[in-house]
Parts: sequence; structure tokens; C-alpha cells
Amino acid sequence: MRRRKRTVCLWCRRPLSDNGKRGKSMSILDYTAVELSDQIRRGEIKVVDAVEAVFAQIDGREKELNCYVTLQKERALEQAKIVQAKIDAGELSGPLAGVPFAIKDNMCTKGTRTTCSSKILENFVPAYSATAVEKLEAAGAVVIGKTNMDEFAMGSTTETSYYGVTKNPHNAMHVPGGSSGGSAAAVAAGECFAALGSDTGGSIRQPASHCGVVGMKPTYGTVSRYGLIAYGSSLDQIGPLAKDVRDCAAILEVISGRDEKDSTSMSRENGQGTDFISALQEDIQGMRIGIPRDYFGAGLDTEVRDAVLAAAEVLRAKGAVVEEFDLSLVQYAIPTYYTIAAAEASSNLERFDGIKYGYRTAEADNLHAMYKKTRSEGFGAEVKRRIMLGSFVLSSGYYDAYYLKALRVKALIRRAFDAAFAKYDVILGPVAPTTAPKLGESLADPLKMYLGDIYTISANLAGLPGISVPCGTDAAGLPIGVQLLGDCFQEKKILRVAYTYEQAVKRG
Amino acid sequence: MANVIDDETIEYVGILAKLELSDEEKDQAKQDMAKMLDYIDQLNELDTTGVEPMSHIFQVENVFREDEVTNGDMREAVLANAPEEKDGMFVVPQTFE
Repeated sequence: MRRRKRTVCLWCRRPLSDNGKRGKSMSILDYTAVELSDQIRRGEIKVVDAVEAVFAQIDGREKELNCYVTLQKERALEQAKIVQAKIDAGELSGPLAGVPFAIKDNMCTKGTRTTCSSKILENFVPAYSATAVEKLEAAGAVVIGKTNMDEFAMGSTTETSYYGVTKNPHNAMHVPGGSSGGSAAAVAAGECFAALGSDTGGSIRQPASHCGVVGMKPTYGTVSRYGLIAYGSSLDQIGPLAKDVRDCAAILEVISGRDEKDSTSMSRENGQGTDFISALQEDIQGMRIGIPRDYFGAGLDTEVRDAVLAAAEVLRAKGAVVEEFDLSLVQYAIPTYYTIAAAEASSNLERFDGIKYGYRTAEADNLHAMYKKTRSEGFGAEVKRRIMLGSFVLSSGYYDAYYLKALRVKALIRRAFDAAFAKYDVILGPVAPTTAPKLGESLADPLKMYLGDIYTISANLAGLPGISVPCGTDAAGLPIGVQLLGDCFQEKKILRVAYTYEQAVKRG
Repeated sequence: MANVIDDETIEYVGILAKLELSDEEKDQAKQDMAKMLDYIDQLNELDTTGVEPMSHIFQVENVFREDEVTNGDMREAVLANAPEEKDGMFVVPQTFE
């Protein structure tokens, strides 16, 4: 018996053939993750063909871009067979089944090297997988490799990696952003269908913006951090980098949830649930969107400003109430963030001591000399810089003046957002002050690089969800992103706004 | 107010951080840290009297459970990552004279 072929995608209800570029010559790589999975379930595409298509793309572009630290073609092809069998047997029917995924190299993957893009974890093979990775694999995703990043997620350009820089697929003279630069670039270049990243101060949203993909950081505690190699534990969250808003929602829905292995993870219910796909509605009539004036001052590139404000106009035309307001305290977010993040990093990175795993110095005649030499040889300059700063602000005599002061200002920043979200459903602004910088321009002046995080770090300090959605390009063709921030647990609001924007732009 | 990090401080922080910096790295670290602290000092413009330090956004509580092994025997997989192991134990350099 022949089944009648459906003509719309099961998940996105979009016509499968009647769509401009998506004619007969459509390549597998043109599908979003959710569309691909639908094609696979309908028997139109085999999982193994999707994996092969991604590796063919990797063969063509990876040499130039360097998105990955580790690739695992053999394992991916084996997984593809297993997943295909489960799909055929009807055991896997979710929207990510059979989709080739990339994982940022700071998430543990059982049996697959996990380096954090550091020399100190050059040969580390985890004995377990991060909960987010386990959940993705249980949903039928096929992990094809581990993506490059700034060492221990410390950086905004993916240039501090021990394994070489990653380049921006839109222009290889430019950085992809960071720290999840490998994940963002891999999605943008078709070297995977979607990826996981982590966001401590903007590390998902900023590279998504620079690479022209969608990236989302959920509310703190939404995704388990178990198996995520910690940088700033009170700020770190795992989230998706994907081709569109629907993929983001589908991925987040799969990886979120309470995990007893992470005591800060939360079970969410009572209207704040994690059924994110249900939020994809083209309806923002009457939604209140606030634009912080403080985000549009000196330092913001005019092309970025114009593109972001044009996105706001699209939302206004769709029925949202858009107005400007004063958020306050914006300039204090960066010093607050770098104090707290460095403090937590100095503590979290104590574990890398050359005893249980990773790199150990070749010569040291006693234990303490071994610790010091191992760490000094194993960590790169930016990591050492932050460990030193963190050790200082936590040291006796400076703890109150620096660390506790920063935690007090963090409370004030949280209050500023409470006041803002009393008036607005969503806050709209830029993701980064400029489009992707040229390779080699950022690392010379660390403080200047830190200033580039001004629009993203507040969300981490206040625990808020945020999404970056492509909203245009500059004159040189480099992507620009618009950022939408929601109050804690209000992912569905920002997804609804992001989806409405994306659909409106798609129709032109 | 410009912060100046002296040799003594950088030595002390190096001990806390368990990092052995070259002379060149120390000079760079002194400059970097002073510059960063100058920048962080702008937090002093804010009056935070009476504001409780906020370490976590949501209240975090201790989580207790019975002390039962649930993750099986992973000794081989764990030791496989050790830079040096012997008879099922981690080998470390001499600790006592």
C-alpha cells in the first residue's frame, strides 16, 4: 500500500516543494533540522545520507574554517544505522531524530575526546556524557563531532583555542565570534544541522549573531550543567545554535528539564513549562517590547543600530507596542561580570592539576612544583589572566571590596530588569556593538574585547533567557543579529516574537 | 585612582592560582590586572549599602541523598585518563622529603 505523500512539513507546516530555493535541486543541507527529521521519518532521506552529506560539506570547507576540534565519522555512521532502525521501528518519532549535531567541546561526550580547546585536556576522554548530550542522543540526534571554542570558553572570538582559530564562513578574514564560535560557524557553513553551545556572558548569542544563525540561552537552571566543564557556574547555561527559531525551540525542548545531577537545574511547570514548540505562533498583537536607550549609545556601529531598529519596526508593524526606555546600570554590567566570572573560574579551574586526567608536565620533582608547571604549561594566556584576576578578587583583604561588591551590584542589576519586565514582555537590542571583527584584531587589548560583551552579559548576571536572530548584514556582507531578552522562565515570549519576526522577514 | 600591582602581590596571587609565571608574564600580569582593577573600581560609584550580595539568581539549597553508589564501576575508564597510574591508583611525584 502506498501512503499518500504529505506536501507540508509535519512540524513547521511549511510547503515542502513550493518554496523558491527549495525546488527540485534542493540539497539535503538546505533543510533545517526539523525539516530534515521530517523527511527522514517520511522515508525520503536516510539518516546515513544526511550524515554523509554533512561530512561531504566538511571535506569541502573544514580545512579553511576549522570549526571542529574532533570529528567522529565512523561513530556517526554507526549511530546513523542504529537511529535509522529505531525510526523505522517507530521507536523514535521526535523532531530531532536522525539529525547530525555538533557539540561544543566543553561538554563531556562518553568515549570521545573533550578538550575545552585547551592543551591541558588534550587527551581527556570522558567516562560519561553531559546530560544535555545524553538527552539529544536519546532523541535520535547523531553527534558528528566536537566544535572549537575559546579555551575554557574564555573569549569572544574563538582565537584563544589551542587548536587554531575558527574562521567566519561568511568571510574567512573575520572571526566567527565566541566562545561557541565553532558551533556557530559549523551551523552557518552546513557542517552540521544544529549544534549545542554554552553561554556564560554571550557565548551562544554573539557568535550566532556574527555567523548569521539563531542562538539561544535559556533561563539559568533550564538545562542541566552536568557534564559541562564549568567556567562561571552561576552564569553558565547550555543552549542551541540552529538555522531557525523553530529548530532552536525544538532543541531546547529536548535538552531542558530538572536533573538530579545538577542541583541548580529546575523542573518547570505552571505555565512556565518547557513545551517551547507550542510558542511558535505568529501573533504578537499587543505585546510590549522595550528598547533600552542605554544600548544605543556610543560604541554601537551605525549599520548594526539601523538593522536592529529596522527589526523593531517589523515587530511594530505586526502589532507589538514598541517603545524606548532607560534600563540603567548598563555600564556596570561588564566590571560586575568579569569580577564574578573570573572568581568562579579561578575556583573551577583548580581541578586541572595533572593528576587525574589531562596534561602533566614532563619534569617536576615534587607535587607542588608539578601542579604549578602543569598548569602554567597547560593553560593559555587568557585563561591564566582570568585565573590570576579571580584569585586576586577572592583573596583575603580584597574579597569584600571586589567580589562581594560585584555580587551586590549584580543584585541591583537584577532589580533593574525586574522593573523593566514589569513594563515590558520583551527587551529588544543589539547582540554586539559591531559585526565580526577581523582575525587578530581583538586579543591585543583584552579590556577592549571585554567591552564588546556589553549587550549580552546582563542576561547571564540576571539569569534571563535571550535569543539572537539574524536581522541583516553590513555593507561588507557580514551578518547582524537582533537580541530579544525575556524575564526568567519567559522563553516562550521571546520565541514567539523571534518566530513572528523570522516569518515576516521570510515573506519579505 | 590607578591601581599598582607590586611584585609581592603578583607572587602571592601566583601561589593562590598555582601558576608559575615567567618574568615577562609577571610584568604583563601586573599591567593587565591593574588595568582591569581600575576598570572594576567604577563599581564604587554605586552605593550598595544594605544590598545583600547575590550569588545565585534563584535560591539554592543543599541537596541531600543517601550515600549509595549508583553509577557502577567506572574505575578502568577513569584511570585510563590518568597521566600515570599503577595498581589501580594515581601516581604522583614525591610529596614528602
